[in-house]
Amino acid sequence: MRRSEKKRIAFFDFACCEGCQLAVLELEETLLDLLSHTDIAAWREVMTGDEPPYDVAFCEGSICTRADEERLLRVRRDAKILVALGTCAAIGCHNNLRNRIDTREALEKVYGKAARGMDVTEARPVSAVVDTDYRILGCPVSLPEFIAVFKAILTDQPYRLPNEPVCVECKLTDTLCVYEKGRVCLGPLTRCGCGAICTRFGDVCHGCRGLVDEANLAAMPRVFSREHLHAIMGAVASGQPLDEERIRQMIALYNNYPELKIEDRGDA
Amino acid sequence: MHKNKRIEVKHLTRVEGHGNLTAIIRDGRLKEARFDIDEAPRLFEVFLCGHDYNQVVHMASRICGICAVSHRCAAIKASEAAFGVLVSERIRLLRRLAFHGEVISSHVLHLFFLVAPDMFGVPSVFHLPPEHKDTVRKAMRLKRAALEICRTTAGRHIHPVGMEVGGFSFNPLPRTLAELRGAVEGAVEDLQALVPIFRRHSWPDFQRKTAYVSLKSPKSYAFYEGELYSSRHGSMPVEDYRRTISEYTVPGSTAKHAVIDGASYMVGALARFNNNYEQLSNAARRVADEIGLSAPCTNPFMIPAAQLAETAHCLDESLHLIDRLIEPEISRQDPSVPVHPVKANGVGAVEAPRGTLFHDYTFDERGTCTEANLVIPTAQNLASLHADMQAFIPQVIEEPEEVLGHRLEILTRAYDPCISCSTHVIRLD
Repeated sequence: MRRSEKKRIAFFDFACCEGCQLAVLELEETLLDLLSHTDIAAWREVMTGDEPPYDVAFCEGSICTRADEERLLRVRRDAKILVALGTCAAIGCHNNLRNRIDTREALEKVYGKAARGMDVTEARPVSAVVDTDYRILGCPVSLPEFIAVFKAILTDQPYRLPNEPVCVECKLTDTLCVYEKGRVCLGPLTRCGCGAICTRFGDVCHGCRGLVDEANLAAMPRVFSREHLHAIMGAVASGQPLDEERIRQMIALYNNYPELKIEDRGDA
Repeated sequence: MHKNKRIEVKHLTRVEGHGNLTAIIRDGRLKEARFDIDEAPRLFEVFLCGHDYNQVVHMASRICGICAVSHRCAAIKASEAAFGVLVSERIRLLRRLAFHGEVISSHVLHLFFLVAPDMFGVPSVFHLPPEHKDTVRKAMRLKRAALEICRTTAGRHIHPVGMEVGGFSFNPLPRTLAELRGAVEGAVEDLQALVPIFRRHSWPDFQRKTAYVSLKSPKSYAFYEGELYSSRHGSMPVEDYRRTISEYTVPGSTAKHAVIDGASYMVGALARFNNNYEQLSNAARRVADEIGLSAPCTNPFMIPAAQLAETAHCLDESLHLIDRLIEPEISRQDPSVPVHPVKANGVGAVEAPRGTLFHDYTFDERGTCTEANLVIPTAQNLASLHADMQAFIPQVIEEPEEVLGHRLEILTRAYDPCISCSTHVIRLD
């Protein structure tokens, strides 16, 4: 790439914890290397100024207000390539859980009369509001995936999301299956690419990268059943009953935007 | 002199989350000055309900990417208070170590990425002149050491894994802890090299006394544990926070403002520095001396100075905590204890990098959350920031709009506002 053809990149945040941008900053010198091939046109969290148009806009967070939506539509118009950065933007995260309750009523409970004029809409992932050209998953984003997508964009290549469950990465990293400890894990249903970070530290998978294509939810209660776990793992699952409803509740922490079909969640 | 001025900064840059700054001057007199939170309410308190305590602590760290360990620990402490779980010394030490990693990481981000560009008059850290490339590299190395602390004690910083109600789902090996010690020692040197930048900086001259509120513990400079303490009101049990702190809504802002006894108060690095100065490490006090910070300090522009002193303290304290964790009798202790949910309420308070953070949960007998209440530091500081603006603007009212606006940006940024959480208190009573 010639110097004069540096891509103009921008970062935008909508409602979220901003952890994906912060995770990107954790790339440190790798980030400086990547940025040396670009010009930064906007990055509110770390920079003053905003100079559209952009070649690439990374968008993090959920769209929760009309003002958010207008801002995102403006970014989409000004950007050749739009990347959904992280689970909030790509498939939906905890933010969308409020769609299940009466938001107006909840706001009035919190703010009283002041709630009336508030600009609040249904909470939606970025990808439900505009077309996205690439999606990077994870809560926070997987940094190897961020680098892979960044390089793909710089070289005008597509990026293909992995489509194996987290279990594959547990095996690759010699991680003890948490079923052995009698704990319930969404690894068998969840798209890998995280390097099994949670299970490597003895935690369970909460499904932050979304479901693999054709995830077989209906089979999970049987897999999770006490007898089955006992038979295959010598472990006893403890805690609450694991019927399909409970599994759907667990999956819904991250996979909760019903309008996005599972097949939409794959390759962008 | 009798000019009308209007300062409007929409979506203030180099802060966490979205906020707008407004100041209106009419006939040479300050009419109005506000910093409004423009973040859509995320309503965590509402949707945490119905989830079990393991899910609650998992989700709680997603409130804020910068303060993920703080939110996780506050949620864990609230759950453990409700269920009557007593943890081992090893668990306490590991949590405190993780906490120090987060405070260092957050302060370094604020000092070098968000504040330093103002000191050098550039739009971002990436625009620093070439002679400061080494500064950026050292700051990044410092941040990396902080992340190493978090990686060792919580898998990663954003978002922690394996930090659970009842302890940890993994157990760092003495060898890993010893390696970490080496990284932290390097960071101590890097910080020493960075302090002179701040020695040369002239902080705007402005004083306003207020109540300083933080946790306070006889054991250490409080981050992870302690009683609630106000420089004006003395000590108070953490559980009484609802009676102590009153909140009110402000038109145009989705964050509530907080007062104690009807008056604003300050939380965060400067409040902790003022309340717990005696417990800072020697090196931290030397850093404070070197940059002209002494307790009590009533200049809010110097909040970053207090953050720098705390960074030095947290590095020293991390070395101490690592040494304790390697001691044989601590090493032998289990990293987790059993948890048996009961129907109860519990409150957990910690010192997040930006100040005192409260999580308050009610659980049913199966450990499902039925009620949640969160009070975040930035919401508590908003009333204090407004009072500072009221007092500061008349001092600089003659300045042109652009200069005045920039001064107000610096003041607001000094508070290190972190508003992306946008979680607010539900008053059910």
